[in-house]
Amino acid sequence: MLSLGIDSGSTATKGVLFDGAQVIACAARPTSLHPDAALRALCAELHGGEADVITTTGYGRHLLPEARYKITEITCHGAGAAFLAPGCDTVIDIGGQDCKVIALDRDGCVTDFLMNDKCAAGTGRFMQMTMGRVGSDISQLDAFVDGCTPVAINSMCTVFAESEIVGLLARQTAPGDIVLGCVHSICRRTAVFAQRISAGRTIFFSGGLAQSDVMRAVLGEYLSPAALITHPLAPFAGAVGAAVLGWQKYQRRRDTNGTEKRPARNL
Amino acid sequence: MELRKDLPEIFEEFAETRKNSFLAIKKLKEAGVPVVGIYCTYLPREIPNAMGAAVVGLCSVSDETIPDAEKELPRNLCPLIKSSYGFARTDKCPFFYFSDLVVGETTCDGKKKMYEMMAEYKPVHVVQLPNSQTEAGLRMYRQELIDFKNLLEERFETTIPDEAVRAQIRIRNEINAALVRLQYTMAHNPAPVSGLDIINTVYNIGFRVSTDGLAQEIDGITAKIEQEYAAGHNTGDKKRILLTGSPSGGAALKVARAIEENGGVVVCFENCTGMKPLDPVDESNPDVYGALAEKYLHIGCSCMSPNPSRMALLERLIDDFQVDGVVDLVLQACHTYNVETGMVRRLVREKKHIPYTAVETDYSQADIEQLNTRMAAFLEML
Repeated sequence: MLSLGIDSGSTATKGVLFDGAQVIACAARPTSLHPDAALRALCAELHGGEADVITTTGYGRHLLPEARYKITEITCHGAGAAFLAPGCDTVIDIGGQDCKVIALDRDGCVTDFLMNDKCAAGTGRFMQMTMGRVGSDISQLDAFVDGCTPVAINSMCTVFAESEIVGLLARQTAPGDIVLGCVHSICRRTAVFAQRISAGRTIFFSGGLAQSDVMRAVLGEYLSPAALITHPLAPFAGAVGAAVLGWQKYQRRRDTNGTEKRPARNL
Repeated sequence: MELRKDLPEIFEEFAETRKNSFLAIKKLKEAGVPVVGIYCTYLPREIPNAMGAAVVGLCSVSDETIPDAEKELPRNLCPLIKSSYGFARTDKCPFFYFSDLVVGETTCDGKKKMYEMMAEYKPVHVVQLPNSQTEAGLRMYRQELIDFKNLLEERFETTIPDEAVRAQIRIRNEINAALVRLQYTMAHNPAPVSGLDIINTVYNIGFRVSTDGLAQEIDGITAKIEQEYAAGHNTGDKKRILLTGSPSGGAALKVARAIEENGGVVVCFENCTGMKPLDPVDESNPDVYGALAEKYLHIGCSCMSPNPSRMALLERLIDDFQVDGVVDLVLQACHTYNVETGMVRRLVREKKHIPYTAVETDYSQADIEQLNTRMAAFLEML
């Protein structure tokens, strides 16, 4: 049996195919202006037609009619982290337009969560703006700050932080020092945010920024003594959770009904 | 299924009542009845009612007038204060327009400063509300209520005998008891109707100018709900939510809507519109102002420090309504309810062992999708 999970996020749409034991395929594409088209394209790319069950999550989760289950990104990120890193008790997800902290119990079920969805500060957008302002790209973050010393960034707001960066550049502060300052700013804020709900010991870091060595190192420092862990599939954590939860729900339904009912498909 | 067709007719009646009360006020004014406008449940309606005045709740829960208010008030202020001021400034609230006297209380800092500005163009009386429920606070509030009575007597050239106040206490007690009975229909599991139906009904009753036969009318609705429930009509198996926090009528009901549209049912509202202000006044107390002060000062609003009444009420309601989870609604820049989320959270999670979440919002519709996601995630967690 195959389960397809798709996470329709603000920046990227991510999908994984799950066979009940492991993730057998994954893909991502920009959400762009048409989240429904991105969902559809990803569904085709991952052979959604052959999946027994499709589950969607993220802001665009209601846009794919073929999806049998629609589950919020909170529940899916929790389930995804629990699958990728069994035993973790907290999830920090820094997404493109929000930041969430999720507390998990021993079974990987969500017991509490916090979301910052009002302000770009503390989200992926903040780092994207920073890298754009110094003429680079978010994918170059680690190399860009190598060997640098962070400067203090005081503004809490992304828009004002940008003004502050412009000021620092005008005073000929090294761009790498500025960017590292921004990394410290976002990590410090995220750590305080996480500690509001959880005194976690093993914290799973998901979202695109989790792929950056420097983000992991600095965030880990602020969260110490808790251990900060991640997984190569961390950017797909929401989609993994959707696929796993969809698989479990569908399996349970099949067990109760006695016979297998294949979901309607018209791709 | 019949229930869904039937009940809204009753609820519609009340919505209609609210519209008609605009016209009714005008008629009352023409007949020479004084109108006293109020904002908050701390003000005992019994006192102005005792001199035959119509007591009306003033508009404060729509974002329509916020841009007008922001010409004079800071943007980063509670939407309820901005909305109230905007309605007052623009004459868009007929109740305000027709009020001969507007009464405010020193509940929170933003409100008391706003009343100073309002007093420049409208007769405003501000009742000094102590912020702690001590003996000294009680003495002060009792005196404030007597001063308020004296002011009414002087301004409207009338006398307010204790007996008239006592009679109003009895009437108000009956109405409040009826409102409690109506809201307690939701203690049934599964719930008989949606929480929005209940709170809208209760809210609209607050706009009723005449108290004649009101308690019986409310009991009629309660009886109808009980009757339909006994006949097997209900909302089905849904997660039972208690909504608490800042005043959340009107635009802020979007939070209750997000809960109910994502598969929950708000079985109880622990706020100013809902269960918070409905305790009875002691009818046996010969000192009517002492009795009024005693009841009203003990309302569990976060402007009290400390605020044990809210915690006690929450504990009781969580049990009585078999609540699965608590949602705490904080209006933007409402500092006291915002800080108190920490204490409510501890009570709900550590003492009652059920999930809790807090949301900060305003009267705009901008965060509807975020609210939907948060409430859906909270319900998935239960």
